[in-house]
Amino acid sequence: MTTLHVNGQEYTLDGVDPEMPLLWALRDHAGLRGTKFGCGMAQCGACTVHVDGRAVRSCVYPVGDLGDREVTTIEGLSADGGHALQRAWTAHQVPQCGYCQPGQIMAAAALLSENERPDDAAIDTAMSGNICRCGTYQRIRAAIKTAAEGK
Amino acid sequence: MIANVSRRSFLKGLAGAGGLVLGVQLSPVAVLLDDQEGDEAQPFEPSIWLSIDTDGLVTIVAHRSEMGTGIRTSLPMIVADELEADWDRVRIEQAVGDRRYGSQNTDGSHSIRAFHDGMRRAGAAARQMLETAAAEAWDVDERECTARLHTVVHEPSGRSADFGELVSSARELPVPDAGNLVFKTRDEWRYVGKDVPIIDSVGITTGAARFGLDVVLDGMKFAMIERCPVLGGTLSSLDADDTLAVPGVEQVIELPRYEGSPAFQALGGVAVIAKDTWSALQGRRALQLTWDEGANATYDSTTYAETLLESARRPGAVMRESGDVDAAMAAAAETIEADYELPHLAHAPMEPPCAVAQVTADGCEAWAPTQNPQAAQGMVASALGLSPDQVTIHVTLLGGGFGRKSKPDYVVEAALLAKQIGAPVKLTWTREDDIRHDYYHTVAAIHMQAGLDGDGRPTAWLQRSAFPPIGSTFDARARSGGAGEMGQGFSDIPFAIPNLRCENGPADGHVRIGWLRSVCNIFHAFAVSSFADELAAAAERDPLDYLLELIGEPRRIDLRAQGVPYSNYGGSAEDYPIDTGRLRHVLQLAAGKAGWGRELPEREGLGIAVHRSFLCYVAMAVHVRVDDRGRIAIPRVDVGVDCGLAVHPDRVRAQMEGSAVFGTSLALTGQITASAGRIDQSNFHDYTVARMNAAPREVHVHLVENEEPPGGVGEPGVPPFAPALCNAIFAATGQRIRSLPLSRHDLSKA
Ligand code: FES
Ligand code: FES
Repeated sequence: MTTLHVNGQEYTLDGVDPEMPLLWALRDHAGLRGTKFGCGMAQCGACTVHVDGRAVRSCVYPVGDLGDREVTTIEGLSADGGHALQRAWTAHQVPQCGYCQPGQIMAAAALLSENERPDDAAIDTAMSGNICRCGTYQRIRAAIKTAAEGK
Repeated sequence: MIANVSRRSFLKGLAGAGGLVLGVQLSPVAVLLDDQEGDEAQPFEPSIWLSIDTDGLVTIVAHRSEMGTGIRTSLPMIVADELEADWDRVRIEQAVGDRRYGSQNTDGSHSIRAFHDGMRRAGAAARQMLETAAAEAWDVDERECTARLHTVVHEPSGRSADFGELVSSARELPVPDAGNLVFKTRDEWRYVGKDVPIIDSVGITTGAARFGLDVVLDGMKFAMIERCPVLGGTLSSLDADDTLAVPGVEQVIELPRYEGSPAFQALGGVAVIAKDTWSALQGRRALQLTWDEGANATYDSTTYAETLLESARRPGAVMRESGDVDAAMAAAAETIEADYELPHLAHAPMEPPCAVAQVTADGCEAWAPTQNPQAAQGMVASALGLSPDQVTIHVTLLGGGFGRKSKPDYVVEAALLAKQIGAPVKLTWTREDDIRHDYYHTVAAIHMQAGLDGDGRPTAWLQRSAFPPIGSTFDARARSGGAGEMGQGFSDIPFAIPNLRCENGPADGHVRIGWLRSVCNIFHAFAVSSFADELAAAAERDPLDYLLELIGEPRRIDLRAQGVPYSNYGGSAEDYPIDTGRLRHVLQLAAGKAGWGRELPEREGLGIAVHRSFLCYVAMAVHVRVDDRGRIAIPRVDVGVDCGLAVHPDRVRAQMEGSAVFGTSLALTGQITASAGRIDQSNFHDYTVARMNAAPREVHVHLVENEEPPGGVGEPGVPPFAPALCNAIFAATGQRIRSLPLSRHDLSKA
């Protein structure tokens, strides 16, 4: 038995190998599929979630290492999609295909929780681990700034 | 032709009880590669469906796949607009693969142009029927009844009725003839030409949106397939003991190699079936197998590049000729030549290929992020020995496509496995699978030669390209691109040069070749636009002025009238001529917005290129900064776009912004290489794509407004980017780039 604390809830999962990356535990066992798979080797950021408030690559984070830490996924970022970043994402019409965006938003949320008014350099540093093959970077940057100003 | 099909049974619930349903029949649309996708050229098939239920809820079927262009929003907008529907009372339903919709192959940047008119007709017919129903109910003149925002109003009496109140009588009416449809005028458009938020926006930002990889069925197993690292190899030995010992692994299944040419077939290999993705992955790692790699094991992309260049330097098949090139070349004051080389690319959509399938006694049902559900349906049917109507393909959202997901091999794999294990199965491709087993963008070599007069203007022009064609994936004997691929930015070169010849050299394919966002336009535009810049430099002329002179006076070029075999992306020469006036206009627009001609600091430069593809005109002016260590930054790109009618201007802008980033990826680092038949790259660490810190900092998109019919948008932004960037690098450093990616070149200060 493995117990996960995700989005304020407890998930008791059966038959989960402690080596299994958090990504697959979330997707295949906890039914939380908002977190995406893109590379499986910490290269693309599609799988970004928060562990105790910090952005991590869930595709390389073994569930066995979690202990009691609290996981937040895109589903738990806000109750109703009303997080400042989610609103800014819609206002700027950031998504194209949308597949990378949960990871982008989670990375941006971790950035804003550490730096309320990130400048371009800080945004570059925080966000360059997240690939968007559709090329929405310019709108991501703009949306992060909008969300930061709205705080 | 439009038929009222409200009472027909095959609508499978879409109609809602007592609703009004309209089907529209459209002429078929010739699309890219139609010779390989003959099943979509069926004439007179219904292509869209619209229903209104008695509560007034309008359901519009999106029959094209959403992979990021916004098509699930923009095509329904056209229907809703003409219908005078309230967008808040419209829901979108994604169509399954079904030939009755006409072509669903979301490819070739043709969704809007192929279906714009039909969508308008569907909306207008429904609106007129609602107006007629109201007039009859009120016993007034139909011409006095007007639909306005989900309500039909009778102005003189002030009566009004909601659409929902009218459907039960409207559905009994005959559908107006196409000739009797009255369309809204442009100034009456409510949604078309406006920026409507995409319908999947909230789902995407909350994690609720469902992509292919997110599909789950009861009792579903998880599969991964190990495929031969060399195309066409076969399994020679398999030891699955270690795999079967991995907890969670349930079965190991051998899939036979494809027969004949790969086409859209499953590649074959060894599948591991497990209780979850991680177990399947662990089990696959434990497989012990050896392959008989076959003839492609000799493929080495470095030596192949030399062979390809030799082919481009020899006379090839003449695809277009005017004047006497050889005589003019011999008489020229000076001749200049240059060779350009571009590598294979992988699509690498963020969501790798994946599919869920289940097979029952009744047939097969599959869920997949596919650009081409009809091809998936046909291929699954033939692989399983079923008829197409026993196969249902549900189209999920696509986490990117770029042409990769037009090929349904992965859906076939899932279906074969589902049949074999007798349970629903989800097949996941890892990123490594995706990069190593793609339908690659082809590798190309291009030879350019110009004979110049005393002022440095070309009097003779010879261009020749060689590349393994897409056809080689479908028939190993295919060695030439033919009119289709040569017509992508090469035989349709719009320059006013009296003596001009375009040739195509042969080349063999050793990997699966597919189409990737803008296809052959990538390398053709690179060669043509780079060479134009080289000639301007040789003549010591301003590149923009020189390019405008090459394009010549505003005029319409009709290649087919000149005897050049040219598909024009399926567009007619009347509606979609090659219009050099529009080409000039976007070029001047981009240049003007970029501040062309202004002084820039040392090692900064502006470069420009213009290209027409997919019936759309795009110019890009790229501002580059190259630091002393040779690192490239792109502070700004100005894009001039003339796509005719822009149904959704914000999504047009988004596609251009994305194209600049896609172009950055292929220009800076994009290359797939092969050694001993195996692809050298495997994931985003060695097949790198542009991240935020490398992408253009600002992309400014300038849309031309005119009365022209809609052209394509998803692809045409890609071709001009790389040559504009490399021309900018020349302006900044004096270094001429003739091969991509730029990571092959040392741009540090000498
Ligand atoms: S899937 Fe985890 S970083 Fe790519
Ligand atoms: S929106 Fe498609 S990958 Fe980012």
